[in-house]
Amino acid sequence: MATGLVRRAISRVHNSPAAKLGCIRAHASEAQAQQVEQKARPVSNLKTFQIYRWSPDNPKKPELQDYQIDLKDCGPMVLDALIKIKNEFDATLTFRRSCREGICGSCAMNIDGCNGLACLTKIESGSSSTITPLPHMFVIKDLVVDMTNFYNQYKSIEPWLKRKNPPPVPGKEVPQSKKDREKLDGMYECILCACCSTSCPSYWWNPESYLGPAALLHANRWIMDSRDEYTTERLDAICDEFKLYRCHTILNCARACPKGLNPGKQITNIKQLQLAKGI
Amino acid sequence: MVGSTGPKKLSGMQKQVLGLYRGFLRAARTKSPEDRHQIESVVTAEFRRNSALVERKNFLYIEYLLRRGKKQLQQLQSPDTVGLSHLNVGFSQTKKS
Repeated sequence: MATGLVRRAISRVHNSPAAKLGCIRAHASEAQAQQVEQKARPVSNLKTFQIYRWSPDNPKKPELQDYQIDLKDCGPMVLDALIKIKNEFDATLTFRRSCREGICGSCAMNIDGCNGLACLTKIESGSSSTITPLPHMFVIKDLVVDMTNFYNQYKSIEPWLKRKNPPPVPGKEVPQSKKDREKLDGMYECILCACCSTSCPSYWWNPESYLGPAALLHANRWIMDSRDEYTTERLDAICDEFKLYRCHTILNCARACPKGLNPGKQITNIKQLQLAKGI
Repeated sequence: MVGSTGPKKLSGMQKQVLGLYRGFLRAARTKSPEDRHQIESVVTAEFRRNSALVERKNFLYIEYLLRRGKKQLQQLQSPDTVGLSHLNVGFSQTKKS
């Protein structure tokens, strides 16, 4: 309404010598009108995001910086808020993101004390939220953490198909029955976002020696694969007081997993297989 | 270091920094003579620069630099790596500013 009136006013003044001045005034009143309109809205939906900031370019103590944004013109997810902050308030805010639909696992972070993917976590309705990097990981900048150790552990379980015999038809794939394929459900979905590993207290204390839920889940994925012929070698490789048995079934991993998987259950499966092998 | 009369006692972190420096020099030895010279001069300049620039008590930042250095050393140790253009770029940029 207000904008319509203003537009008509502009067209009327257009011919007069004071057209330019009128234009400026018209714009000013337009902005004012919009402000009034915004204030008149029944609920102002402002929310403060406290975000962990640390940059190696300006190495002082890490701090939580506040950003206030209006949820009315922001998407529903935490990642939308982060992108809005980066676009409109502070371009120096650094975080990883890619697919914005929970399939790449880049935007794993700690939101209000719980590990999760920013793109799959809804903005809570409260007045403030705290966003920090994944706990007990080395920070490279702001919300970006060093995943080297995590990836090396994943590499150490040799996450690829290993065969002793050539495939039944030379040069072709190794077939698998539907039933055998179903054994991999609950494991193949893992996207290696590191939410589970970094939520595990046992992993916090022994990040170097304990493989962590994510790597062990993938170890079990290859142990259970009917096509893989190195099952016993794989079991032996991780049968270690630290690598595997630092898991005390705390099950923080299952709570944290944004894909709804249960790494704790898969680790128990490995332990059971090792027991059965021992007998 | 601190006003002691005996031989220098190094902190754990100082030992780590020196160890990293030594690692770089050893890795440089596996490269060709001119590359080795280039790497050594770049690495020495970088360590000298940071030793003057970084505050002694800024452990968080020193640990960050140690981790970054370790990663760069790992890259340098691979036989496929011949030079250190990455560090070189950083050095020339800071030189200008």
